[in-house]
Amino acid sequence: MNELGFPILSLMMAVPMAGALLCLFASAPQARQVALVATLADLVLGLLLWLNFDQSAGHAQWQFQEYAPIFGRFAWAMGIDGIALTLIALTVFLMPICILASWDSIEKRVGEYMAAFLFMETLMIGVFAAQDLFLFYIFFEAGLIPMYLIIGIWGGVNRIYASYKFFLYTLLGSVLMLIAMLWMAREAGSTDIPTLMAYSFDPKVQTWLWLAFFASFAVKMPMWPVHTWLPDAHVQAPTAGSVILAGVLLKMGGYGFIRFSLPMFPEASAQFAWLVFGLSMVAVVYTSLVALVQSDMKKLIAYSSVAHMAIVTVGLFAFNQAGIEGAMMVMLGHGLVSGALFLCVGVIYDRLHTREIDRYGGLSINMPKYALLFMLFTMASVGLPGTSNFVGEFLALMGVYQASSWVALVATTGIILGAAYMLYLYRRICFGDQKNADAAAMPDLSPRELVMLVPIGLSVLWMGVYPESFLAPMRADVQAIVARMAPAAPEGDAKLTAGKPHAAPAEHENHEATNEHGGPETAAEAH
Amino acid sequence: MQSIQLIVFLPLLAAIIAGLGNKALGNVPAKIVTTGALFVSCALSWPIFLSYVAGHAEPSVAPVLHWLSSGSFNAAWELRVDALTAVMLVVVTSVSALVHLYSWGYMDEEPDQPRFFAYLSLFTFAMLMLVTANNLLQMFFGWEGVGLASYLLIGFWFRKPSASAAAIKAFVVNRVGDLGFMLGIFGTYLVFDTISIPDILAAAPGMAGSTIGFLGHRFDTMTVLCLLLFVGACGKSAQLGLHTWLPDAMEGPTPVSALIHAATMVTAGVFMVCRLSPMFETSETAMHVVTYVGAATCLFAATVGTTQTDIKRVIAYSTCSQLGYMFFAAGVGAYGAAMFHLFTHAFFKALLFLGAGSVIHAMHHEQDMRYYGALRKEIPVTFWAMTAGTLAITGVGIPGTLFGFAGFFSKDSILESAYAAGGPGTTAFLIGVFAALLTSFYSWRLVFLTFFGAPRWAGSEHIQHAVHDAHGHDDHAHDAHHDHHHGHDGTAGYHPHESPLNMLVPLVVLSLGAVLAGILFHGAFIDPEGGAHFWEASTLAFNEHLMHASHGVPLWVKWSPFAVMATGLTIAYMAYIRHTDWPAKFTAHFHVLYDFLLNKWYFDELYNAIFVKPAFAIGRFFWKRGDEGTIDRFGPNGMAALVVAGGRVTRRLQSGYLYTYALVMLLGLAAAVTWAITQS
Repeated sequence: MNELGFPILSLMMAVPMAGALLCLFASAPQARQVALVATLADLVLGLLLWLNFDQSAGHAQWQFQEYAPIFGRFAWAMGIDGIALTLIALTVFLMPICILASWDSIEKRVGEYMAAFLFMETLMIGVFAAQDLFLFYIFFEAGLIPMYLIIGIWGGVNRIYASYKFFLYTLLGSVLMLIAMLWMAREAGSTDIPTLMAYSFDPKVQTWLWLAFFASFAVKMPMWPVHTWLPDAHVQAPTAGSVILAGVLLKMGGYGFIRFSLPMFPEASAQFAWLVFGLSMVAVVYTSLVALVQSDMKKLIAYSSVAHMAIVTVGLFAFNQAGIEGAMMVMLGHGLVSGALFLCVGVIYDRLHTREIDRYGGLSINMPKYALLFMLFTMASVGLPGTSNFVGEFLALMGVYQASSWVALVATTGIILGAAYMLYLYRRICFGDQKNADAAAMPDLSPRELVMLVPIGLSVLWMGVYPESFLAPMRADVQAIVARMAPAAPEGDAKLTAGKPHAAPAEHENHEATNEHGGPETAAEAH
Repeated sequence: MQSIQLIVFLPLLAAIIAGLGNKALGNVPAKIVTTGALFVSCALSWPIFLSYVAGHAEPSVAPVLHWLSSGSFNAAWELRVDALTAVMLVVVTSVSALVHLYSWGYMDEEPDQPRFFAYLSLFTFAMLMLVTANNLLQMFFGWEGVGLASYLLIGFWFRKPSASAAAIKAFVVNRVGDLGFMLGIFGTYLVFDTISIPDILAAAPGMAGSTIGFLGHRFDTMTVLCLLLFVGACGKSAQLGLHTWLPDAMEGPTPVSALIHAATMVTAGVFMVCRLSPMFETSETAMHVVTYVGAATCLFAATVGTTQTDIKRVIAYSTCSQLGYMFFAAGVGAYGAAMFHLFTHAFFKALLFLGAGSVIHAMHHEQDMRYYGALRKEIPVTFWAMTAGTLAITGVGIPGTLFGFAGFFSKDSILESAYAAGGPGTTAFLIGVFAALLTSFYSWRLVFLTFFGAPRWAGSEHIQHAVHDAHGHDDHAHDAHHDHHHGHDGTAGYHPHESPLNMLVPLVVLSLGAVLAGILFHGAFIDPEGGAHFWEASTLAFNEHLMHASHGVPLWVKWSPFAVMATGLTIAYMAYIRHTDWPAKFTAHFHVLYDFLLNKWYFDELYNAIFVKPAFAIGRFFWKRGDEGTIDRFGPNGMAALVVAGGRVTRRLQSGYLYTYALVMLLGLAAAVTWAITQS
């Protein structure tokens, strides 16, 4: 039972599910309203969840737990920690915005479309709330289906290829994960995730289990070189599909690393840290450069997502508090910012029906409100301090610096390249002269569009100026993971030594200071 | 509430009001709000500064809000006030307030004024956050915040392709420096377990002599940290290698150049080195690097400045060169002199830029000095203000007396300290003296080309347009006769007008600063005893011994700046007033050297060839050959080919009833899993 006296997590899953069923049988206008009401109701529940989440010192790690056995070891086990809480909050925050983004732009089969979205919300909350291994797996994989439908039915011209590629990639990885899960359930005799997080698998077996999970999470992230489904999926998906894909679905990979790979297989994680670092370093440089040469707005942002997610993976495998908290903050920040950027693309796509960057230009003149918000999200995307993404990138990179200065250096070049491709994009869309008459005639943001973008903008600033609201709930949980991994944590490359005892005999104040600071543990390394 | 909070946050509030209010608010209210806020901030800043000059104020830190913590990492929003901050406060708020006022006149015909004033105030806020930072992260916030404002203001006329290109260049080149700054913060945290500036500075001496692994090698810890942070300083302060954005930044409106790219933002790097001076003191290598980079920039920019013809670009290179002086002053340990030059430079360089703006305003947006001439009588106030600025930058003054313009006190102090410090300081001294010769030459060249000689206005397209437009409107009836009448005297019939009062007042106020700042404040900044007392209330590592030594340098050292200043003036006079054919002869004779300088040592061409073009080419290669040609070809597409060959699946996928298929899959999967569980 939980603090609220009713099973709030199940309710948060049931509300959109009920909405989805209603939508299937409703007319187009009704379906829109049902979907909006259902997602807003979930947002209210999400707020309730956040406000009742116990953040005080020494609180229980798992809260709002529910348990109902189904059969065998399989149970309806729900419960969240701070990490899941923030990701659920991100999900319920983005969903009403997605419904609004689809309000006018989706004209065919509206009921089914809204149903697919609501069904997806149910599954996403399920992924973050599940405490049973197989329950997680079902939600994790089933999330593919509504997304697959959204791209395949309501997508662009080349939607079949994109949805097929999306499905194929993500499914192949998950088959391996399923096998690993079956083995784990038998070995540990439990499918309870908290139990498994404390279970010590044999390090030799860990290697294989880690790789099996990695196959699935790496595709979901996506990590280079299994990222090529993402640009195609984004380009073909309708706006709201892109928002949810970039905003929440990509976060499932990172969540998987935090929930499974790191705490369950700490030795294997340490062993493979350099694989992750290597792929991530390639991703930062490679995909940033590819983003620079794109002429399709959505492709550009999709490639930038891959680069940002690489910062997440380096942060996660830094094996320290700053790295993991930073990775979480990048995920939350990127969820908001890339979602908002896709919405910004959608706003002008709805008006001109093209994603070609060159067809726009000078939008600052006829769409000043749009230009302002787009600038805010562009700056957040390049990680300007005071916005959400800076907090995450800074912590993640600081964390990885303690593991390896090389990785930190290469990953930090992302801030240069990121500025280059984003500002180049912004310049081509909003600056310059109004060279295209049709683009110059586009009206500024409608009230509906403002309602979508302004809350995200405010959240981005809030996360940048006072990230404590988001870091506080997850702090203890991240500490627990770091403590769990500590015995396996590899040593960093800094290997700081103390100041030489006889460094400066002439300067007496220098001498004193050296004695003061040369502690026994560092002095030992000096020799 | 303490006044520091008002000083810092009023400009932010004003920026938000003017920016969001924009057109709905209207030009005049937006200008009143922003300018008013800045004058209030300025009025509150001076008492703080004077209380430190008087020597009865202690450093203080005003907390604002918790910001970011993770493990032992902790950073708060807080406002630190000490002597060093106080200097920056008056520089930033005074110049900013005057620039706001000046912009009332300069931007009068601009349709988009609230946006401009909002950006200016936003910039001021970010700069104030930078100078009041008590930890490295807040300094970085201000650092990037001023970068954002600079980007927005350089690109203010965003319709011009050159302006938006320059804006991106400024941001991206600065980011290269920021990479160093960020790694510096990471390293500092790793070594000291804190990013609080006072704590770091207290612990820094204890780390001298320690080593750290960095990029696979072992280095001296403090050298690595200082050099990483210094890379950041080089970006923001446009030092050699990362300077290429500054001349292009002149695409922004002239008041912006005065505020951001002369007086305040570009000096942030110098401020940072002075703020962290106890840290730099622990690494001799880092100090040497700072000295040499500063000296090299000082020389490079001065040489380029002698050949430029755009009035703003000459001043931009001059700024770059003066920043070099400040850096090598810091590098030899004369932080007081570096800060003093920063202080005086803010006044006279803002003055020169605003004066140039007044000239451009009078000359109908013409910026090329080749089409100026004889403006002395047309715009007398501007002329006298520019002269005051030139006297200050060239360091006119009599050594050994208290007679001298602002730059005389600060620049001579830098050169004498460099000489007194010895080692790399001697090199810096020699370079600095030579650069002073060039400074005097290009500064007087600017004055002579603009205000003396015969008018050469007829060559300017801008002037031709202006004259033509005026005729179109007023002189319709008898313009044929009129046209014939003029044109021989080089004026094209154009009549420059002196700028309005709201532009002249800032010029006069800054002129006073350029004349008096040195005399009034040298005691506090660079006097061995006075300076020690003043800087005690700050983190600046004031070196009393060095300042004493700098007073005892040989006579020829003291007089050499004066001698080169007079030489530069004489050469400029000979070449641009007495024998105006000399420059053409010189360029014809030494055309290789001239082209090299005119093209700014070919830095832009070099960077284009080795960074910009390859980045795009490699990006295209990765995209077409990597993603599409390799990963997709052998990955999903190869798989797809197999499946298609296999049969009906793809047709089924395209049937439109995907969801039934998918649902079946989901159910099958779930069934398989649950079956597996119950079996075990």
